[in-house]
Amino acid sequence: MKIIADTGKCVGAGQCVLTEPSLFDQSEEDGTVIVLDDQPVGDLVEKAREAVHVCPSQALSLEE
Amino acid sequence: MTAVHEFPMTRTCPFAPPPAYTEIREEDPVTRVGLPDGRKAWVVSRHEDVRTVLNDRRFSADRQHPDFPQLVPGFRRPDDERTMITMDAPEHGPARKAVLGEFTVRRMEALRPRIQEIVDERIDALMAGPKPGDLVEALSLPVPSLVICEMLGVPYADHDFFQTHTAKLIKRDTPPQERRAAVEAVREYMSDLIAGREDNPPDDLLGRQIVKLREEGTYRRASLAATGFLLLVAGHETTANMISLGTVGLLENPDQLALITGDPGKTLDAVEELLRYFTIVDAATARLCVEDVEVGGQLIRAGEGVLALGYAANRDAAAFENPDELDIERGARHHVAFGFGPHQCLGQNLARMELQIVFDTLFRRIPGLKLAAPVDDLPFKDDANIYGLYRLPVTW
Ligand code: SF4
Repeated sequence: MKIIADTGKCVGAGQCVLTEPSLFDQSEEDGTVIVLDDQPVGDLVEKAREAVHVCPSQALSLEE
Repeated sequence: MTAVHEFPMTRTCPFAPPPAYTEIREEDPVTRVGLPDGRKAWVVSRHEDVRTVLNDRRFSADRQHPDFPQLVPGFRRPDDERTMITMDAPEHGPARKAVLGEFTVRRMEALRPRIQEIVDERIDALMAGPKPGDLVEALSLPVPSLVICEMLGVPYADHDFFQTHTAKLIKRDTPPQERRAAVEAVREYMSDLIAGREDNPPDDLLGRQIVKLREEGTYRRASLAATGFLLLVAGHETTANMISLGTVGLLENPDQLALITGDPGKTLDAVEELLRYFTIVDAATARLCVEDVEVGGQLIRAGEGVLALGYAANRDAAAFENPDELDIERGARHHVAFGFGPHQCLGQNLARMELQIVFDTLFRRIPGLKLAAPVDDLPFKDDANIYGLYRLPVTW
């Protein structure tokens, strides 16, 4: 699985960071998403799915 | 053909949406309603449809537009008062991102010790005061107010002034002229405050914005004043009302309260659930359709207004099992209490943290906290665009 983030769509609400801080961070400059680990494994796979589900702008997607 | 409902609709139970929300969602999930100014708008009530409307560019947030569905008739702001909440793409993104860096999860974490200090001081003051005490005055309002004032660099000493005006803004029955005057007063205050900072910008949110916008060559005092106004007002009544309602919600559900006093690690889940359960700004998420689009099987045409009912969405059984139960362990993160889409609340992580710290600290420090009046007698804000409580008598 691969996490794909579209910073153009990202609205920086940080829902992804709240879901899993080891996968996501936010830029200090404009708050948009930074993917720390785009190939999660194990428990983090579920967390990545949850992040996609709660992201308010469909900025995150998964390549299975 | 069912009768057209009128909007806003009223609650009959302080812990539940207006019964009509449930009826609509189940029988006619995308339906027409009558607005206070006599015009009609669509109401969207399913969780899935609400998320669609709030995250689709074919629905505009431009409140200046003459066709925009207004819940407060006769009130439209002039163009120089525009802020990010009324902007659409491509203008919206840069305006939002200009301040977004100030509200990241990490930035909010850095504020935690200071917020804890503020909460502790307020609880000290509550306990030192008379019994019963008013939680709204002692805790709910001062905490978010102190925090947003410190972030912005607004003197807290002036809080009476802007709290009075904010309270007028959210009441539905404030006459238009009075509403106008309240907006003017706070904007002028902000503008003067910013003017005084221009020569030597301090290291607070407004000061940093002055520096940053000047570097970009986009600094305009009026527009920063509008942003400051928005953050100040948005930071006040929202979190304050959630503190009050959340406290009542937890006291009325002792089994749920016991879960967080037994394990503070669960408080953040409780916060999400309380946000969902009360959905205080439900009526604020209006949009104007700018291109024909089908939502939930219903064609909505360009030029028609839409209200995305967050509270109906947050009580939709298709998204939340047993939606009318307060269940902090349900995993409610996908609620839409902060809205959804590009305009989703900018201050949500600040709000989450304030609520988490308040509930943890309040019930730890005053384990015997209880309501000093029956729930039915509490002054719930049924006449405001942000739901909440005017007063909350508590004792211990
Ligand atoms: S949840 Fe989505 S919109 Fe929010 S910061 Fe993460 S990617 Fe961006």
